Amino acid sequence: MTLATHPGAHPGALRPAMPATDHGAGSAAAPPPALLFDHVTVRFGAYTAVSDAHLQVADGEFVSIVGPTGCGKSTLLNVAAGLLEPTEGDICVYGRSLAGLNRAAGYLFQADALMPWRTALRNVITGLEYAGTARAEAERLGNEWLARVGLSGHGERFPHEMSGGMRKRVALAQTLIRDPRIVLMDEPFSALDVQTRVLMENELLQLWTTYRKSVLFITHDLEEAISLSDRVIILSAGPSTHPIAEFKIDLERPRDVAEIRMTPRFVELYHLIWDAMKEEVLKAYERNQRKLAD
Amino acid sequence: MIANSALAKSAPSRPARRPRRKGMPGPLVMTTLQAGLLLVLLAAWYVLVSAKIFPVFFFGNPVQVFEQIFTWFATGEIFVHLATTLIETLLAFVIGVLSGIGAGLWLGLSPLTAALFDPYIKALNAMPRVILGPIFIVWFGLGIGSKVALGVTLVFFVVFFNVFQGVREVNPVILANARMLGANRRQLLSTVYIPSALSWVFSSLHMSVGMAFVGAVVGEYLGSARGVGYLILQAEATFDVNAVFAGIIVLTAFALVLDFAVTVIEKRLIVGKPK
Repeated sequence: MTLATHPGAHPGALRPAMPATDHGAGSAAAPPPALLFDHVTVRFGAYTAVSDAHLQVADGEFVSIVGPTGCGKSTLLNVAAGLLEPTEGDICVYGRSLAGLNRAAGYLFQADALMPWRTALRNVITGLEYAGTARAEAERLGNEWLARVGLSGHGERFPHEMSGGMRKRVALAQTLIRDPRIVLMDEPFSALDVQTRVLMENELLQLWTTYRKSVLFITHDLEEAISLSDRVIILSAGPSTHPIAEFKIDLERPRDVAEIRMTPRFVELYHLIWDAMKEEVLKAYERNQRKLAD
Repeated sequence: MIANSALAKSAPSRPARRPRRKGMPGPLVMTTLQAGLLLVLLAAWYVLVSAKIFPVFFFGNPVQVFEQIFTWFATGEIFVHLATTLIETLLAFVIGVLSGIGAGLWLGLSPLTAALFDPYIKALNAMPRVILGPIFIVWFGLGIGSKVALGVTLVFFVVFFNVFQGVREVNPVILANARMLGANRRQLLSTVYIPSALSWVFSSLHMSVGMAFVGAVVGEYLGSARGVGYLILQAEATFDVNAVFAGIIVLTAFALVLDFAVTVIEKRLIVGKPK
């Protein structure tokens, strides 16, 4: 596994990634991470989507995974959700090897996942309904969550009567109302326009600050990743995707997603990560070229 | 907690009605034109028959046709027949839809069974099911039973294929989302598969009712003692062409009423645009 080196990095402020292999085998006394990908490989037939991916998300940490579109990021998330079984390697959730669906996790999908035949409120309380919560209690919580995502009074609307941003809010409430310890997000805001997106990102940060979930956030937008996260992990281009570098984001919280992008530290981090990304993507590209030549 | 009322309220407005094409008349004018066309056709019929260009024996006379319809309704003679056909249609529709949903769900969720039954379903669907009419009369007699059975065989396949497809083509993201929200197998069935399949059933309601109606009327033609189809059959046997046309017109009007009823029910039942 190659790791990016940053000759120009600010000493101390930016920690170059530790070799990934050191993570899992480390100190036994430390609390188990919310999510640990233990050398995960995923193959679809002859195609290797993810190769020897090793990464972790600490309890209460906000981690973003950035990589070029179509590099197998969603595959990683599906593995973490238990929707997909890794071909090799293991997923550990709070120290326990995952078998079947990840019950500790909520999943915010990239595509619209709301049930078109249910109103916003009934979509939000779907998870509670599954868990057998009494209807009145579920509706009370549902209305609370609708208010929390800025949709009070819109509970009776159907998904096709709402804008893309509103649907994402409903989906967010639907996921968070179940109070999952881990939240998996797959480019949740990529379909939204820029203004709505910034609003949603700020809301997400506020919710995260309040509830301190462990978040694994996938995006191809580096700005989004930096402004939201504690840590950003860079993936190589597919096939055989694996993490190539990670960066600690030491920006102060609470953050305003729109404003923080103007700060010098943000710009500095952006350039550093982008350089590493570019470098690594290029390296991967050259390697592939050499392989083809041989 | 989060103030964003401005954004939340900016729901997409319903798509505006398409601007009328240049040269297209308004809806009122169009309705008048459509009614006018009907009158012209009726007048042409009357003139052609009166002038003996068309033989009255084969084509009837529109005035006498409407007299016949009036007599049927005035004497109340037709109501028992209409009621019979309506009951047959409704029974065939309800039984066909329910069994179609059941079988569609079962086979849709069980690929093994679906593969096993596949050639038989194809054969049954390809078979012109009206040929089952005589055997149904032997089995269920000349009463409404044989008509309902015929209608059911027609409705069943329409609904079955729609539900089967609906289950097979459930949006995988919605399914994965429901699973992540903690749905067990039974809950997946009741909250994802069935609603998703039902939206396909609703889209085929018009065709299903039409099929039930066809089953009822064809069944009556094949042998019956009541029903609008029976009325037409009787008229035909006595070479009463006017009554045959009268029966056809009553059936057509009846079919339009049924279709309208389905439209009303559809508007009530379909919530959330099926995708």
